[in-house]
Amino acid sequence: MTDGGKSHTVVEAQGLGLTFNTADGDVEALSNVSLDIRRGDFVSFIGPSGCGKTTFLRVIADLEQPTAGRITVNGLSPAEARMQRSYGYVFQAPALFPWRTIEKNVALPLEIMGYSDAERRDRIARTLDLVNLKGFEKKFPWQLSGGMQQRASIARALAFDADLLLMDEPFGALDEIVRDYLNAELLKLWARTKKTIAFVTHSIPEAVYLSTKIVVMSPRPGRVTDIIESTLPAERPLDIRETPEFLAIAHRVREGLRAGHSYEHTE
Amino acid sequence: MISAQRQSNIGPILAVVAALIVLWYLGAVGMNWGIQSDSYQRAGTTGVSFSQQLSDVLSQEKPILPAPHQVLAEFWKNTVQQAVTSKKSLVYHGWITLSATLLGFAIGTLFGIGLAVFIVHNAAMDRSLMPWIIASQTVPILAIAPMVIVVLNAVGISGLVPKALISTYLSFFPVVVGMVTGFRSPEALQLDLMRTYNASRVQVFFKVRWPTALPFLFTSMKVGVAASLVGAIVGELPAGGGSGIGARLLAGSYYGQTIQIWAALMAAALLAGALIASVGFAERVTNRLLGVRA
Repeated sequence: MTDGGKSHTVVEAQGLGLTFNTADGDVEALSNVSLDIRRGDFVSFIGPSGCGKTTFLRVIADLEQPTAGRITVNGLSPAEARMQRSYGYVFQAPALFPWRTIEKNVALPLEIMGYSDAERRDRIARTLDLVNLKGFEKKFPWQLSGGMQQRASIARALAFDADLLLMDEPFGALDEIVRDYLNAELLKLWARTKKTIAFVTHSIPEAVYLSTKIVVMSPRPGRVTDIIESTLPAERPLDIRETPEFLAIAHRVREGLRAGHSYEHTE
Repeated sequence: MISAQRQSNIGPILAVVAALIVLWYLGAVGMNWGIQSDSYQRAGTTGVSFSQQLSDVLSQEKPILPAPHQVLAEFWKNTVQQAVTSKKSLVYHGWITLSATLLGFAIGTLFGIGLAVFIVHNAAMDRSLMPWIIASQTVPILAIAPMVIVVLNAVGISGLVPKALISTYLSFFPVVVGMVTGFRSPEALQLDLMRTYNASRVQVFFKVRWPTALPFLFTSMKVGVAASLVGAIVGELPAGGGSGIGARLLAGSYYGQTIQIWAALMAAALLAGALIASVGFAERVTNRLLGVRA
């Protein structure tokens, strides 16, 4: 891969496949997935459960090993990229450590990566401010609401210098009102930090609202059925979801999901 | 919330204690009544009133079952009213037993934690060691203890260490079993997270596995410290004429000094209670530091 390609393409997958050997036989979690994530993209992966969207994210993170095809992250293998700490991962559950205060939770990756005390304090303050959790530094996770806990876990993923943020249904367990709020916050945060974000969701409005690119997937075997480049402007107030443009994209996503379910119409 | 719960516990506990004391007195009277009648007969005493016999029954020198006030009096006499250096002092004997218990418990806990670390990090260790660890606890300690004492004595080690080793033998087991479970109890998500940071095994151990395992450690230590005390007492039995609560128990049983036995048992029970309470205290302090929800 050339240097020019490296600076624009963050993730590049070619014919990627992953088959799990389970007691009930082989399960094809990913089949022939090819796509690019460019620097600064906000890419959503949407599809019903079992479509391989989480698996794909875990392959990028080197938490699962592909059994076919090729994938590079920042021009490196996922394992090399992981060792260089090139991405931050936000899981569906906040996965905060209950024995650590919020600031200590954010400090965890910084401790592991050997940041100095002063640097740690600086970054904790900066990222907690970024996710609007200023003043909650000394609280323990159980003292915070679910939405606040998930924001703390986002702060933790932002604390170190990874340009790629992998988010696996981070707001899936939250109620609609909190989710709307956090979606708007996430867009602001993305605009301020200029990170590349890969975002797994099963909500159509969420995917359309957030993304510059929507990857529609379908199950058995997990595969990509449509890739939609969003035509929505960068500035997105919440009521953009009522506009015809938004509804048109949402319609196309829904069509893509429907196509994935009937086996005659695979793209 | 917690303190309110604790307060409401006191009533029921006192009720149970009162019931036990009543039962104990009934038992003491019932079991010793016949002996008292026999001794009147031998002495040719007749016409003893019921209240006289009752009072005699409850102040026998070697009753089958001493009454609570006799045990308490003996305990009082051998603790508060004796110099702690005296061979008769239960404080002296208690300290001998306690020092062996604490040494054995400390070694056992460290040994148990060490074994658990190996077992969790090495699959071969897991398969090869675990069966032996479990087998070690099926051996009756009463059979092994005298051998340990005799063998170590033959190589010139006597006194505190052999007893402590028996304590170790009993106390490492709950710790190793508890800590293996504890070290394995971090959530998959937490371990995945550490992997995304490219954390080393040592970092994963100290930042995730150890804090997750702490509650298991304290639970195991409560079991382990009680087992340690039993080990130290058992270790004192074959020593013969030595010191410690175990030696007191043995001496008491040689000479039929039931009151002395019961007083020594009471000392052992108080020790066990104090040891478990200390572990509980350490647990509460740790929990507060770790922000565990009260």
